[in-house]
Parts: sequence; C-alpha cells; structure tokens
Amino acid sequence: MNATLLPVLPVLLPLLGAAATVVAGRSAATQRIIGVTVLAAVAAVAAVLLVMADRDGPVVAEIGGWPAPVGIVLVADRISALLLLISTIVTLAVLVYAIDQRIVDYGRRTASTTFHPIFLVLSAGVSLAYLTGDLFSLFVAFEIMLAASYVLITRRTDATRIRSGMTYVIISLASSLLFLTTVALVYAATGTVNLADVATRVAELPTGLQTVLALLVVVTFGIKAAIVPLHFWLPDSYPNAPAPVTALFAGLLTKVGIYALLRTRTLIFPEDHPSTLLLVLAAVTMIVGVLGALAQNDLNRLLSFLLVSHIGFMIFGLAVSDAQGVAGTALYVVHHITVQATLFLVSGLITRRTGTVSIDAMGGLAKRAPLLAVLFAIPALTLAGVPPTSGFVAKLALLQAGADDGPATAIVAGVVILASLLTLYAVMRVWVRVFWGEPKEPLPDPDPHDDLVVGTARTSRPMVVASAALVVVSIAIAVAAGPLSGITSRAGDDLVDRTPYRTAVLGDGGAP
Amino acid sequence: MTTISLAMAAVVAVLYSVGFYLLLQRSLMRVLLGVVVLGHGANLLLQLAGGPPARPPILDGTGTEGMADPLPQALALTAVVITFAMTTYLLALGYRSWVLVGHDEVQDDLEDRRIARRRTVKASMGEEVSDHGEETEVDPGSAAASDDPVASVGENR
Amino acid sequence: MTATPEARVPWDRWDAPAEDWMLSGECPIGTERTLLLELAARILFPTVLVFSLYLLLVGHYGPGGGFSGGLVAGLAFVLRHIAGGRSEGPEIGARVKVRPPVLVGLGLGIAVVTALVPAAFGAPVLSSAKFAFDVPLLGHIEIVTSLALDVGVYLLIVGVVLDLLRSLGSGIERDAREAAAANAGEAA
Repeated sequence: MNATLLPVLPVLLPLLGAAATVVAGRSAATQRIIGVTVLAAVAAVAAVLLVMADRDGPVVAEIGGWPAPVGIVLVADRISALLLLISTIVTLAVLVYAIDQRIVDYGRRTASTTFHPIFLVLSAGVSLAYLTGDLFSLFVAFEIMLAASYVLITRRTDATRIRSGMTYVIISLASSLLFLTTVALVYAATGTVNLADVATRVAELPTGLQTVLALLVVVTFGIKAAIVPLHFWLPDSYPNAPAPVTALFAGLLTKVGIYALLRTRTLIFPEDHPSTLLLVLAAVTMIVGVLGALAQNDLNRLLSFLLVSHIGFMIFGLAVSDAQGVAGTALYVVHHITVQATLFLVSGLITRRTGTVSIDAMGGLAKRAPLLAVLFAIPALTLAGVPPTSGFVAKLALLQAGADDGPATAIVAGVVILASLLTLYAVMRVWVRVFWGEPKEPLPDPDPHDDLVVGTARTSRPMVVASAALVVVSIAIAVAAGPLSGITSRAGDDLVDRTPYRTAVLGDGGAP
Repeated sequence: MTTISLAMAAVVAVLYSVGFYLLLQRSLMRVLLGVVVLGHGANLLLQLAGGPPARPPILDGTGTEGMADPLPQALALTAVVITFAMTTYLLALGYRSWVLVGHDEVQDDLEDRRIARRRTVKASMGEEVSDHGEETEVDPGSAAASDDPVASVGENR
Repeated sequence: MTATPEARVPWDRWDAPAEDWMLSGECPIGTERTLLLELAARILFPTVLVFSLYLLLVGHYGPGGGFSGGLVAGLAFVLRHIAGGRSEGPEIGARVKVRPPVLVGLGLGIAVVTALVPAAFGAPVLSSAKFAFDVPLLGHIEIVTSLALDVGVYLLIVGVVLDLLRSLGSGIERDAREAAAANAGEAA
C-alpha cells in the first residue's frame, strides 16, 4: 500500500462502484450495499488523506508515473482533503436518505440501472474536482459531475418539471463551454495546463492578459457557484427536483464551484489587497439572495435563495484575499455544505408530511411532528449564525478576517451582519408559519404517479436518521470548532503562501 | 505565447457569435445547434492554442523538429467526446420534452411568469388575459400545489 | 438448381430471396424495407466488427484504440438498426443477449480495475508494462497492458451505442406506434 495510491481512490472507487451497480442492475439490495460501502470507504480514505496532508504536507499522486507538469497529478492538500471528507459524509447521508425514500415510494425490490451508478459517478466527479492539480482535468471533473447531475435532475421527469431541467442543462452547458474556452486561452498564453505550472507562468504575462484570464475564471466558476448576477438558474431549477437530489446539488455542486474559485484565485491570480470586484459581488449576492428568499412562499425556493445569499459569504472571505479570509471561506464552506443539505432533506420530510411546499398552507407542525421541528430548527439557526452553532463560528472567522482590511471590507463586513440578520428573519418566518399556529390538514398528493411524493406522511426511520445524522455533523463542527479552525487557518496559510502546493507538485523547481 | 492567423481568429469569432446567438433561442433544437457550433468554436480555439499547423506528432525516429504540439490535440479530442455526449443528451431531452409537452420550447422562469401575470392583471384590470393563457401553466411542487394567491390570479380567466 | 424451378416458384416470385443468408429470421412487417440496404448491412456488419477489433488492437502504436474501435463497432450496430432493426420484433437490443447497461458496467469495471492493478505491483496508478514474445505464424508480438483499458473503453462505448439504439431508436419508434394505435382507437 503506497501513499500515492490514496489520492486516486476517491475517484476510482466510486467509478468501480458505479460499474458494479450497473452490472448488479437487477438486485436492488446489492446496489444499496455497494453504494453505501463505496462512499463509506471514500470517506475513510478522505479522513486518512486529511490527517496525512495536515501532518506531512500535500499528498501527490502522479498518474501513470508521469511527473508534473507533463503528466496529470492528483493533489490532496489540507483544503481539498477537508472538503472531500465533508462532501463525502454529506453524500453518504443523502444516499441513505434517497435509498429509503425509494424503498418507501417504490418498494424494497425495485432496482434501477440509473440511480445508483449515476449517484456514484457524480461522487467520483466531485472527488476529482477537489483533487486534481490540472486545469483540463478540472474541466473533465466538472463535466463528469454535471453530466451525472443532468441525469439526476431530469430523471423520471414530467411535463411540468422538464422546464426547470432544461434551464439547468443549458446554463451548465454554456458555462462548460466558457470553461473550455478558458482552458484554451490559458494554454495558448502559458503552454501548460498544470495548475502549479500555470501559476508560475501567468505571473510573467502582461497585466491586461492576466486580467482577462482572471475575469474569465470568475465568470466560468461564478455561473457554477451561482454568484449574483449569474445565479438566476439556481432558484429556478433546484426546487423542482426530488429532495435528496436537491440536497446533494445544493450541498455539493455550488461548493465545488467555490472551491475551484478558491484554488484558482489563490494559486494563479493571487492578490495582495482585497479584490474590489469580488467584494462588490459578495455584497450584491448576499443581499439579493436573502431579499429573494424573503419574497418566497415556496419552502424549497426560499431555501434556494438562501443558498445563493450564503454563496456571497464565501465570496467575501475570498475577496479579502489574505490567509485569514481564505481560511474563513474554507470554514464557511465546510459548515454550509452540511447545513444546506440538511435543510433540503428536512424540507423533503416536511413536504411529505404536509403535502405542500407552500409555507402559507402549512401550520402547527411543531405539535404534530416535534422531531421534525427540532430537525428544522437546529440547521436553520445554524444557517443564520446564532451563537453556539457552527454558523456563528464560520461567520465570526469571516468577520475577523474582514475587520482590519480597510473601509471597503468593513462595509461589506457590515453587509455580512445585515444578511445574517435577514437570514434569521427568513428562517424565523418559516418557523412561525410552518411550525406554529393552527395545525392544518395535510393536502393530498396532486399527482400520485410522479416522483414527488407529498402529503402521504410516509417516511421511514432511516430517512429521519440520515437527516438527524447531518444535524449531528453540523453540531460536531461547532463542538470541534477549535481543531477545525486550526486546520482551516493552516489551509488558508498554505493557499496564500502557494509554496507548499507548488513544491509538492513540481519539486524544488516549483518554489517561487 | 502563441499567436494565431487572422483567418482562424475570424472563424472562431463567427463560431462563437453564431453559437451564443443560437443558445439564446427559445427552441431546444436551436439551443442544441448552438451548443454544437459553440463546441466547434471552443475546440478550434483549443487546437489553435497549440500553435501553427505542423508535422503530425508521431515519433518515428526523425526527431521532434517541426512537430505540432500533441497536448491540445489530446485535449480537443476529449472535449469533442464530451460535447458529443452532451449533444446526444440534449437530443434525448428535446425528444422527451416533445413527448411530454408537445413542443421543445424552453419556457420562462416561474418567477418571471408570475411577475408578468401580475402586471397584465393590473394593466387590464380584470379583463380577459387570454393572450397570456399559456403562462398559467404552473409547476406543481412549486406553486400549483399551494394556495398561492399570486398563482391563482392567473387562473381566473 | 432443381430440375423444375418454374413448377415450384410462381413467375412473379422468381426474384424473391431464397437463400438463408438473404432472409432475416423473424422478418418484421414488410413496410419500408430496402433490400439493397439490408443486404449491404448483412455483408458489412461482420466486416465492420472485425475492422473495429483491428482498430482496438493496433491502437497503442497506430491510429485507433478502444474509443474509435468501440465507435466503429457501434456504427455497425447502427447500420443494422437502420437496415432492419427498426419496427417491432427484432429490435437490436433484443438480438444482443447481453443487456447494454451490463456492457457499459463491464467496460467501466475493466477500465478501472486495469487502472488499479499496477498499484498492486508498487507502480503508479494507470502505468503500463509491455510484454513481447514470438508466436509461430504471427511473428513478433508486443502486448501492452494498457490494451486491457482499451478493451474496457471498447465495451463501454459499444454498450452506450446499443443503449442509445434501444432507448432513442427502438424506444421512439415504439412510442410512435403506441401513439398511432391510441389515435386509431380513439377514431374508431
């Protein structure tokens, strides 16, 4: 067992699992076992990688034995290992939830040749995106991930839901083609696609060209991460998918965009002072997102707008551009992946209970389903950043980073506080309307034959347990805030310093 | 740094503009063509990134003098495959839409439709809003399954 | 040649196909068929398959490889689908005993395992080794382990094409037939 095998496993294991689940297409039980086992194994590998990366520096795997910058390398440094670990845990919980939803809706024996393989392929794409040290592989990783997500969002779709799938697919395709253009321009300008090597050579380019490339990167990943004004597709497409799919997308896909921004901004286009463009984008994203959420009556749409708003928080840390800001973003991503996925899963449980996604049509759930109320309240308060939760820790890290960097960051830090308060107001509004008040009768399922099961109150224990597990994870993040922020601040130092990454990938020649 | 010939730059420019123009159309079929054209543009750009045309990069003992850069070719090959897969997928999606809805038009955002409806209702003050009839299609799971006052306005026709 | 062909074959049927290889087994409905294309498909199908195997094998040193080989093999099936696989009955998916998704899974599995095997020998993932040996009649042969990866890709691509033919080819025709039947039912 050599150490260079480890970074490859999170990509290859899910692919192998996908192959196995296709071959075992007739046996639902086998598929379930394979899916859960593979993701648990990947989580274990990710944990080992995190420990190794934190102790000894980045773990590098050269594919086919070709050293960088000629060959493709997979690099697990602190930030990628950390995000890989948390993403895999969330994916595993969502898979358990989805499996049990399928059991409840279609019966224990219903096998599918698409769901499990596609789910695992998506997981492989996400892992590759976190681990790759190569711009083109990053493009391939995005394509793997997006192709799988296209299938998941349009699977078993009906006449009214196909529209949202189309919006999502077209926007993603456009951003993918922009990404490809970026890769081509970067290669034309620098003659390499290895990220560490690109970083060295971009510094030698004329300033104008650097700005163009940096802008292209921001637009490309900005679409994927749903930064206002490139966010419009998200609240339109996410709410219409089944709950586990939405939770997975909301938890992971936008964060992969944020990770790509984080990696490219710090490694290739580093800045010594806060970036005005990103500060403005962060402020606008936070405000537009949360105001959009306040205008919604549909629970899932409200959560989607909150998701957009909180992307702004992560951009804020990135905009501050120093080690503290980047560390704050890292911590915020870890916290937000967990919380947003949990909220969408719980929203799925609520919808199954009440038969509607309209907040007005719900009421008095706290009495009828106290467990559900607790499961909603904790992540909602965490999202708003109420003190003992992980959201508070993450927001505090961001505010500390932004406090001492001049008036511009201070203003946006004020916007962070305002957006947090508005988020609190938005979730309180949901709480008051959904959980308090007169209990209302659940509405019947308008279309019993489609993929969305609502109003039946049929849930299984594992669905609740999976949601609860994610709640526990977010509490654990708050409890382990000390060691965790230690890791993220070391990760932030690494990212801003750039030397560990470049030395690990390119050898001693990579040091600037 | 590589520079490209003006003719190729013009071709790339035309492909990109045609591609994005088609991408902005309503019909999924045109969007599909847009993706195809745009994909060609991006792949051509990727090819051009490797420098001017040169000898095929096959090692046959004559040295590497005058050889083209093989990497962009490999990248373009991968990108072509991906674009091809996406094209197939969009075709299937268009067909599915045609089966389910009877057309392959990409419709407005739900929010846009709601706002448009609100404006129409305000402007016509309760008159017939039949020219916006198709906008009363609402997504279940979003607003149809709700007692949304805004959504129900459009149904009073 | 039989002694009295005219006695057994009516004059207007003299050019009907009689040989086995010209008859398709359970020939579907007789509409919209072209004998020329069906015949060409029957001759080309095995030839193209052999050609695709050739592409697969020479892929390491010459033009070809798993992907192009798989696509060529897939095109053979497409040709067959266009020539005679349409309509009910012998759908292309029904003729192939392996279900297409299994082919895809098998291909992906082989490719991933090939990628992982070098790690068991302490080499980096996806690295390859070369075996050279002499075979009587064929001469000197070099086999590269990455051939296994190519085989995986080949199977995957063939599986994908077959799945496409099944879902988008035969599936769409089935939908159209069912719609037509439903319309006819309503009209009646």
